[in-house]
Amino acid sequence: MHRPRLAFWAGLQAIAPILLGIVPFATIAGAAAVGAGLPETLALGLSVIVYAGASQLAALELVRQDAPVFVIVGTALIINLRFLMYSASLAPHFQALPLRWRSPLAYVLTDQAYAVSVSRFTDDAGISRGWYYLGAAVPMWITWQASNAVGVFLGAQVPPSWSLDFAIPLTFLALLVPALKSRPAVLAALVSAGVAVGAAALPLNLGLLLAAFAGIGAGLLADQHTRSS
Amino acid sequence: MLTGIGLLWLAFVLVGLGTYLLRFSFIGLSERAALPEGFKQGLRFVPAAVLAALVAPALVYDGTALGGWLVSDRLVAGLLAVLVAWQTRSVLLTLIAGMVGLWMLQWLA
Repeated sequence: MHRPRLAFWAGLQAIAPILLGIVPFATIAGAAAVGAGLPETLALGLSVIVYAGASQLAALELVRQDAPVFVIVGTALIINLRFLMYSASLAPHFQALPLRWRSPLAYVLTDQAYAVSVSRFTDDAGISRGWYYLGAAVPMWITWQASNAVGVFLGAQVPPSWSLDFAIPLTFLALLVPALKSRPAVLAALVSAGVAVGAAALPLNLGLLLAAFAGIGAGLLADQHTRSS
Repeated sequence: MLTGIGLLWLAFVLVGLGTYLLRFSFIGLSERAALPEGFKQGLRFVPAAVLAALVAPALVYDGTALGGWLVSDRLVAGLLAVLVAWQTRSVLLTLIAGMVGLWMLQWLA
């Protein structure tokens, strides 16, 4: 699938069901921003400047707790360290592209765009990767910013009793299950989940990093074990 | 709010810049940087490990305990979503099953 338009369309089709989960996620992020006392410009600006929902929600919670700036920045960056891993994983696929492509491609990198792209790229070597990735990442960016704006302006009008915030872990869960392609991957997920739950009380959200590394380590060990047996 | 708006703008710009650098890091390198083999093998487990770390605490800590057990409504709804994801391979059905499952558990409890 070398043709750009087909690849873009394929990316769009891949991200489309996930957008259903992005809408409540971004709306909640917008509502949380004004709920934390941010003026509307800053609430909208936050989503454009950072464009990373999990870290935005964590940062806003810290703002509500009057945490110092370095704690807010440190926690958010630690949560977003996973983008370094995603970047390393996707880089070989985008190597042939010029910098004017790779710079915006990097900006719209998200868990969701990453997950659908890396899965397709490993299965299908012929597809036009930049266009496929954009087909997933650009609609997601648009959906995110639009839903965030709705949350900013509607603010407190969404009842918490609807538990729409559950859509956030559900969106990640919907990406997690297809990623469990092998026994070592399942082990990686289980170990990571266990460590994340156990280390949840660590400051600066370090539990997330610890869990990710523990999970990767467990996956590598299981991998070596299955290879040597 | 003790943190002034100006400081918040600064904080968010710093987070934004830092996050972009993280995103750009390897993608921006035009050289085929020789990644060690172990590193490349480890990258394969990033989706599973990172996504699990994001999901698990939300299922365990954010829900309401069901009838005195340690298990929460969100955990059960989450497990239901996993089952649906596994069987149907449909993101849409997974989201619907999880939300409907949670609402039903909340309504019944």
